[in-house]
Amino acid sequence: MTHGIETWIAAFLTLCVFSFLYRDNPFYRLAEHLFVGASAGYLLAVEYHNVLVPNVFQPLFRDHRLIFAIPLALGLLILARAFDRTATWSRWAVAFYVGIYSGIAIPGYMQGFILAQLADAAKPFPPGWAAVNAALGLVGLMGVLAYFFFSAPHRGPHGFASRVGIWFLMVAFGASFGYTVMARVSLLIARVQFLLRDWLHILPTS
Amino acid sequence: MRRLLGLDRRIIFLLVGAGVALPLLRPLNLPVTPTPRVRAAFDTIEKLPPGTRVLVSMDFEPDIMAELSPMAVAVVRHCFQRHLRVVVMTLYPAGVGLAQQAIRIAAAAEHAKPGEDYAFLGYKSGFQTVILGIGESLKSQYPTDFYGTPVDRIPILQGVTNYAQFGLVVNLSGSAAADYWIQLAQTRYHAPLVLGCTAVMATDYYPYLSSRQLLGLIGGMKGAAEYERLLGIFGDGRRGMDAQSLVHVIIVLLVLIGNAAMLAMRRGGRAGAPGPAPAAGGAP
Repeated sequence: MTHGIETWIAAFLTLCVFSFLYRDNPFYRLAEHLFVGASAGYLLAVEYHNVLVPNVFQPLFRDHRLIFAIPLALGLLILARAFDRTATWSRWAVAFYVGIYSGIAIPGYMQGFILAQLADAAKPFPPGWAAVNAALGLVGLMGVLAYFFFSAPHRGPHGFASRVGIWFLMVAFGASFGYTVMARVSLLIARVQFLLRDWLHILPTS
Repeated sequence: MRRLLGLDRRIIFLLVGAGVALPLLRPLNLPVTPTPRVRAAFDTIEKLPPGTRVLVSMDFEPDIMAELSPMAVAVVRHCFQRHLRVVVMTLYPAGVGLAQQAIRIAAAAEHAKPGEDYAFLGYKSGFQTVILGIGESLKSQYPTDFYGTPVDRIPILQGVTNYAQFGLVVNLSGSAAADYWIQLAQTRYHAPLVLGCTAVMATDYYPYLSSRQLLGLIGGMKGAAEYERLLGIFGDGRRGMDAQSLVHVIIVLLVLIGNAAMLAMRRGGRAGAPGPAPAAGGAP
């Protein structure tokens, strides 16, 4: 951990952000704008050195591999959106990107999520108490699927199954919200740890 | 009761702030019990034979470092203790500094050496393309490590072609990167995968434990604390759990008090009401 001027700057900006809890003020806005600007600058520099230089400039201009002119041209076409007369050209690059992305994402999603999860849902119950968990999972799956089946009215057995599905959904949302609260408190804990340990040196270091 | 319901929310902020700061200053040492999900992650690493390569992708940035940095340190320390060879990478530009920090802390604690015990490949842009690319050729994605050393010259990376040379992939993620590791590295290339994620994400990934697409799941600061407990260390995860527990108690009490006050107000209003409320539109 650092103990120099950067620690003081980080502590000052942390307190600036916390000051919003009292009310909106110029210190909070200063920290907010600094964050946006610094993030954008950092990202631009990193992307230049990690993407443009090794993937475009070096192969094209140093190694003279002309095939790399194609991604460069597609990338430049995206910038054509800035002008009304040439805006339609950017669609070629977007179409290329959508095609590539779909080709990667759709099989991956089908294989990794839908088919693998269906196979898991269809497998026989394990022995012992694990069977109870598996049965609950199956009931939840059927209930939630029934709830999201809107092509028939939610009445009779279908209505009962969809109500069971709602209960499972509510439990899942509750668990998810509980975890969300925990996550947000964790962020606060880390900042307080930083202030007490790295800035004020009240807590022992890791 | 009316005053209680109209409580200035800044008092609640102060209460939560005190609930965080006091246990950090005076630890309560509340017990941390490892859950089966975290124990499964721990056991997966524990069972790997010494010398096995582990690919750790630290896909997080400062906004969620509170949850994932303690996890990263604990997992890498565990690998070093088991004499596993750790290869670290990140798919986030701002993850570089955090990954370096986690490696530095873990390496200092376990006396691990760069190049022999671990290597840091750095950041590479593009989630899916990088994960897919490593499945074909690690060198195509990372011809050099973060410091510019060609991967062929790094002892622990010699002979590494793709996922087949890694005994385990650990993804520490706070975003959709976790989905891609499951879809592409695990499902397509059958790489054994352990996931560490933020608490917000944790419930979304439970189904992948059941289907064995994930061999273990470490969720949030609580998961990090459990991992530290299993490892027998006292890091930021366990240090933060006292504060976490106290704030949860404060939140539950505030919810109960708020609801009790609201119920009491309603009953009081009903008992003191002179008659039925006027019909809508009846009042001027």
